[in-house]
Parts: sequence; structure tokens; C-alpha cells
Amino acid sequence: MRRQLRAVQIEEKLDELLGAVLSPSRTASGLARKLSGLEKEQQEFALHWAGVISRSNSEMAYQFVDHVCDGFRLMDMDDVTKWIIEAMDVYDRQGLYPGSASLREVETYAAKLSQKRHSVPFEDVVGILNKYVKGVSGRDLDIQSDAQAWTDTETIYLPTSFKWFDSEQLNFQLYKATGTFLLAQTRYGTFRVDPNTGVPFVCAAIAQYRDPTRALRIFESVEHMRLLSLMQAELPGLVRQMGELSASADSSLEIDGLSELLEPIRRPDSDVMDSIRILNELYHRNINVPESACYQGIVDLEKIRHVTRKRVDREKEKFRSDLAMLAESLAGPDENNEGEQGKVNVTFAVDEDDAGESEMMLMLDGQPVVLPEDMAQTANSIIQDFGEIPQEYLVPAGDGQYRKDLQADEEPPEEKKNKTEGMFYYDEWDFRRRHYRKNWCELRELDIHPSNEQVVEAILNKYSHLVRDIRKSFEALRGDNKMLRRQTNGDDIDIDAIVESYPDIHEGNEVTDRLFIKSGRLERNLAVVFMVDLSGSTKGWINDAERESLVLLSEALQTLGDRYAIYGFSGMTRKRCELYRIKTFEESYDSTVKARIAGIKPQDYTRMGVIIRHLTRKLIEVDARTRVLITISDGKPDDYDGYRGEYGIEDTRQALMEAKHAGIHPYCITIDSQAHDYLPHMYGHVNYTVVSDVRGLPLKVSDIYRKLTT
Amino acid sequence: MYRRESEDYSIRVEPYYAPQGSEIELFLSAHRNGIPVLLKGPTGCGKTRFMEYMAWKLNLPLVTVACHDDLTASDLVGRYLIVGGETQWVDGPLARAVRVGGICYLDEIVEARKDTTVVIHPLADNRRALPVEKTGELLHAPDSFNLTISYNPGYQSVLKDLKQSTRQRFLSLEFDYPENELEQSILMHEAKVDREIASTLVRFGVMTRNLKGSGLEEGASTRLLVHAAKLIVFGIAPLDACNASITQTLTDDPENLTAIREMASSLF
Repeated sequence: MRRQLRAVQIEEKLDELLGAVLSPSRTASGLARKLSGLEKEQQEFALHWAGVISRSNSEMAYQFVDHVCDGFRLMDMDDVTKWIIEAMDVYDRQGLYPGSASLREVETYAAKLSQKRHSVPFEDVVGILNKYVKGVSGRDLDIQSDAQAWTDTETIYLPTSFKWFDSEQLNFQLYKATGTFLLAQTRYGTFRVDPNTGVPFVCAAIAQYRDPTRALRIFESVEHMRLLSLMQAELPGLVRQMGELSASADSSLEIDGLSELLEPIRRPDSDVMDSIRILNELYHRNINVPESACYQGIVDLEKIRHVTRKRVDREKEKFRSDLAMLAESLAGPDENNEGEQGKVNVTFAVDEDDAGESEMMLMLDGQPVVLPEDMAQTANSIIQDFGEIPQEYLVPAGDGQYRKDLQADEEPPEEKKNKTEGMFYYDEWDFRRRHYRKNWCELRELDIHPSNEQVVEAILNKYSHLVRDIRKSFEALRGDNKMLRRQTNGDDIDIDAIVESYPDIHEGNEVTDRLFIKSGRLERNLAVVFMVDLSGSTKGWINDAERESLVLLSEALQTLGDRYAIYGFSGMTRKRCELYRIKTFEESYDSTVKARIAGIKPQDYTRMGVIIRHLTRKLIEVDARTRVLITISDGKPDDYDGYRGEYGIEDTRQALMEAKHAGIHPYCITIDSQAHDYLPHMYGHVNYTVVSDVRGLPLKVSDIYRKLTT
Repeated sequence: MYRRESEDYSIRVEPYYAPQGSEIELFLSAHRNGIPVLLKGPTGCGKTRFMEYMAWKLNLPLVTVACHDDLTASDLVGRYLIVGGETQWVDGPLARAVRVGGICYLDEIVEARKDTTVVIHPLADNRRALPVEKTGELLHAPDSFNLTISYNPGYQSVLKDLKQSTRQRFLSLEFDYPENELEQSILMHEAKVDREIASTLVRFGVMTRNLKGSGLEEGASTRLLVHAAKLIVFGIAPLDACNASITQTLTDDPENLTAIREMASSLF
């Protein structure tokens, strides 16, 4: 057994180490006494470091020995080492005084360390929470970080980190509880809007009180109880966890006749008006407002009023102009009665069937109409605000902005036809007229300006381990063996072939020599075109991610041997649709191609239909059993001259249908989180993937390609 | 010989099947009119169970073939074997079903090699015959014969698509995960769980299905929910049961795993 050092022995060593800063009035004996109480191992550690530090500065070493016992009391040895190193770092950079101060403040350091250890930062959880919220609510709600936890009903804001509890697990649970509670606020209509004023009921109600702060606190606490009782039915496990998280806080209201008073908010059909009525009761009583629970977040009435106002206006306009378009399209292609729109009689009803599924019914002049998907979504959002569709929304907008955009220049481009070399003309689908606009778009193929191919090398270095993985998994794909029957040589005997030639053997005829089974490589016979969005909106992160994706993908495809081509696309207006050659089918993946990949830059807009038509034509020329067209994009089709909204989507959809008829499989990889609203309509329900995190794109694209083609 | 085999394929006990819509009537009239049937739907939503039920209801033998990518035409139609120095023809499952006038169910047809799907073409139109190339026979299907194939339109691979020339011979029945109420009663029947657990499991299923397309390839199927329910009845804690039979089965991605596990812990 090793024995601890006695105080005398320690003092001897300290005298040696700290001699320069000791004096008759400042001896080492006090320090030695302190150290003598430590374990042997700790003593050695302290003396070792005292020696190391004294070589830099004896006073620092003195301060260290003076506080090391506190250090050991508060932290384990690894953290004590961290504390020493940080203090020495401060000494090196700022000098003796701050350096020794940071040794003295060992308690602060230890506290900070333990807090940091258990705190959970937003970035670590946002991916999980996004999926969690999507799963629980079935909606794509945006989650952002902010100083406080709150929601404006469109976005859930969560703090940049949670360090409420001294356990990571609990802090994560707090994130989840907070996120779900804020979700419940939007789901159960805490901020329902008064259709008469366009302002949430709660904002108006709170403003009436002399002490709005107190009123808001009472409201938050009542609404908290209402939401909990609603959540209890759906998410009992979470409500239990929430109870455990806020166990320390005293959130109980104690007044006479409370349970009768709170009865309305315990019902499953309670709404925010019940909470507001109870607030009115409680405000005038002398009660202590309970503390809010740790997961409650804050209610920022001003911001909510602002966001709601903007949304209400926007949605009203959108709903009414959609309605106008719907009415017009129902009136048929006969465009002579344009002036009469706005006079249609519109009614709207929501039917709830037994299963709780609600179905929206729109009646135009007594004709039931099925709402287009994005309009149904607007309607849903409006219903979430108001509880219904208010009457004034049901008046179609007058001659919409939308129409004017499109009619701005309608002179046919015939005269310029075939004048310019390298120019291609394509039709475009006008969904309202239900026919094509002939030779509407002019497309040029351009070379991308090559940049330094070193960029590609840098990307390969960055992802070196990944590139290895990708190669491996694609090699496995290539080696997808097939049993080739009836071969002249091989690893095994083909019983079927033997049996078939049995009569020949029996009768002494000549027997075929194709009696073996060989495992051979499966001919993939696949051609794929990648069509990369180079619109202005891809600037920055997205463009980088696209470039990295292309590099990794090219590596993968090189391994696989599939024939592939890469094109970038952009443009502005129908007169200038541009396709950038990055790699054609004929070219090999060489330094020129690498330099072009390095040179991809964001350009202007995204007019997708014409590009799809052009690439379809190119793909058909390639002789392959399977042809695939993969779009990598960041948003909806969008161009300057009215090619947006439904028009753009419908033309793109039409172009994709043409491609499908030509035997091409279109597929889309997007990073637009709204994509679920329109991509199923354009590409079909299974032919797209949303990559929620741009940084994940490079890894995902190869992965998706692999899944897609096996 | 065939008689004995066909009896092995018959289903004697009524399988539990809760209809989602009018699929039973549609299937019956397709069968009556000699129209082959295509079942579309995600994995584990009850396609195979439906076939067992229909076979029982029609009192016909059910020959099921799980298709794989090495399945050849002769695997389906039949082949010669050598018996005692003589070659002897042995029917494949499809030929057997045609001879006895039973139901042939080709599960996950797109997995089979493309040349295989062509073999079923003459059976799937008004000829209703199976040419057996090797013996030179032409097997005419009796009225009671029915051909049913299934495929999952949710698979994204471009190489596994059903050709128009194949699919346009079939009557298509679409299957999806049952409505909440129905799925709940299926769980209660199949696993004998109480109403509360069944309804919570169904809600869990719906939550995972919400994640389809944003992280998950598929949400939890009814079959997985039944598994979880059975474990719970057996005495496993609900969270462990969900984790083992649903969460871990659906994904390997750590982020998805945590998100789905948290959904479960919010529910139970």
C-alpha cells in the first residue's frame, strides 16, 4: 500500500518548488497542511503540476497549490487538468494577474463546467425535433432557435440551448416538452383570430385590463391547464413527463370553487374563449398567480398580433384569387364572359364524418367543387385561425394580377424561328387554356465557365472516408450477380440443361455443351441525366452542396459504370432559357468535367418545363433499357414572366408526363421543406425525396441514386 | 396426385379479415367473370390475409408464390426431373393452380425477372390459358381459376416498375393501412389487447406514417402494430415492445430512432 505523504515531506518539496515567492511571512507550511489531507495520487498530481507551473511562474504555482484542494473537492482529475490548462492559457495571453485570478475562481469554473456538460444545444436536437413534430402533428412546422421559447403559430421558436436540469437527458426532454406544448398552442387554437378584426382574441382580451402583465400571466396559467387536459387524451406519456419536469414548480391555483370554475376547460371541446372567460373571473379575485412551468415558453402578444395580421392578409388575398381562378377555369375555355367573374355565388362547408376526418366542400353557384391541394391548405390554415372560412373570403378576387402577368407579351415568336444557330424551340403548356403555346420557349445550350479543378480534389479530401464508403456500396451494386444458365463453362452443373438433354444422351445424339451455370455480372443498361438547379436562390450553401453532391455522385457512377450526363439549368423569361453542359453522355469524367463542376454558379430563374422537354429529347436518343431523369432542386418552378404558382407547376407536370410517356423515369431530389405541397402533384407520390438539411445533400444524393436503381 | 396436393393448399379455418371497403365484392365479381386481380398497397397492410380469406370464402386452394429476382419462368410453370433413368415432368406452382382451378397468388411480382411476368400474360387475358412450352401442352384454366398478383407502388426503384402491358390486364384493388377505428379493432382481435392500448398503438402508427418521405421509407404497417400489441399482451412494457417491434424495425438512422422513440414515450 502506498502511503500518503506527511505535511513535513510536502513542505520540503514545496519549499524547493515555490522558494522564489515564499518569505518568512508566507511559508509553505499552510499549503503543506492542506495537501496532506489529499489522497496519495492527488498529492502526486498536485506536486507534479506545481513543478510544471513553477517553471513558467512561481506565483501561479503558489496560487495553484493554494486552490487545488478546492479543485479536487469540486471536480474529477480530468476536469482539474482542464482547469489548470485553461488558467495557464489565460496567464500566457493576459499575464499574471488574470491568470492567478482564474486559478482562484475554481468554484466558478467548476460550476460553469458542470452546466456546460449537461446543457443541450439547439443544433443537436433540431433534426430530431423536426421529425418528432412532423410525426406528431402531420404538418411541416418550421422550428427555429431564438432567445426564448415561443410560437407565432407559423414557426416554433426554441432557445439556443437548455441547461435547466443537470442532466442531458432531462434537458432534451425539456426541448421535446416545450416544442410539443407550443405545438399544442397552435393546434388547439390559443391564438384563434377574431374574424371581425383580424386580431387574435387573446390579444384584444388582455389589452382591456388595467394590468395587462398580470392578466397575461393568469391567462397563460389557465390556458396551460386547458392545453394539458386536451393533450392528456392524446399524449398521456408526454403529459406525465411534463409533470415530472415541472414537479419543483408550484403551479397550483388555490381558490374556493376552483373546480367548478375550471370545468369548461376540462372538456374535450374547450376553446380559447373558455380560458378568456375564466381569466375574467380570476383577474378580479385576489389570487396568487402560479409560476409558469419550465416548458411553457412565453407568449409575445405583440409579435403574434403582427405575424397573424400579415398572414391573414396574405391568405385572404391568396384564397380569393385562387377562388377567382377556380371560378374562371370552371366557366370553361370560353373567355368572352370575363367581365362576369366575381358574381358567382360561393358557399363553403366543412363536414366532419364519424371518424373525425373533416372534408371541405366548396359550392360554386350550387356546384360542388373539389379544392386543389394548395388551396385546401390555405383553407385549412384559415380555419385554424378563425374556426371557419369568413364570408368575405368567399368573394372571388377581381381581375387577378396573375392574369395580367401572363398576357404582357403574347406575340408569337414565329418570326425569330430558326434564325439563331444552336437555338431550340419548345412548346409550353398553359393549364388554363388546356393547350400548348407553340414554340413558346427559346433554349440555348451553353458551356459552363470552367473553374479550378482543385476544388474537386478539395471536396474529395473533405469527404475522403465517405468516398470510400460510397465506392464500396456501389461496387457491391455492380457485383450484383446473376446466375447465367446454359453456359459452356461455369462453377456448377445446370441440372435443368442436363435433364433437357437427357433424351439426347439416351439416344446417343450429339449433346449440347451448354450444361453449366456461371455467375455473371448483371448488365445494368441504364442511362441517367442529372438536371441541376442553378437558379439565383441556390446561392451560398445550396450551391456548395450541389457541387459536392455532383462530385460524390460522379465518383459513385464512375464505379458503377452507368452512363450519365449532368446539366445545369437556369434562365430568365421564355426568351432566354439556358442549359449548361457540365458533362454530356459522350464525355468522360476528366479534368475538363471536374473544372466545370467546380465552376457551377447560381444564375437567374427556374423555368423547368422547357428544360425537361429538352433533356427528354436527349435521353431518348441514348440506347438504354432504363432511362432516368433526376432533378436536384431547391424550390418550385419560378420565372420572371409569370411562370410561377399553378402555371409553372402545371407546365412542369405536363413536361414530366411527356417524359413518362417517352419511357423516362423522372425523379426529384429537393431541399425545399414545402415540397410536400406540390411535388407529389408534379412527380407522383413516390418519385421524390426531400432532404431536410442542405448539408446532408452530398451524402443523400448518392444514397438515393443507389436505392432508386436497385 | 394433384388432388392430394390441392388439398394441402386449401384453407379450412376462416381467417380473420376486416374489409376496408368493397374489396370482397369486387374480388368475388372479378372471380366470377374470370378477370385477374392486382393488389396494390404497402407492406403489411393485409394483402396476403385478404387472399387467404378469399380462398377460404370461395373454397379454393391457394397457391402463393413469393417472387424473387432469380425466379424464372420454369420455376413457375414446371420442369423435367429425372426419375429412375426417365425424365418426368413436374408442374410448377402456376401450372398446378391452373390444373386444379385454384387461386394463384404471385406476391411482389415486380421482384421477379421481367421475362417471368410475360408467362402470365396469356393467362391474364381472355385466352385464360397457360402454354407449357417444354411439353407442348396448352393448359386451359377452368372457370374457378384466378390469378392474383400484388405489388407495392411505394417502392422507388426505377428498375422495379410494372409494365403497362402487364398491369392493363388486371382489375386493381388498392389497399392501404386501415382507418383508425378499423385498425384498432384489428389489433384488438389479432392480439387481444384492450381498446386503450390498441388506440394508442394506432396513433403511434399514424405518427410514424407521417414521417414517410421525410426520413422513413415506410411508416409502421398494421402487421408491425400487431406484433407490438402481442408483445404487450405477453407482458412486455409498452415502450420496450414498441421499440423492439416498431422503432428499430423501421430505421437504423440515429436521428429517426430518437424521434420515433420520443413519439412512443409521449404516447405511453
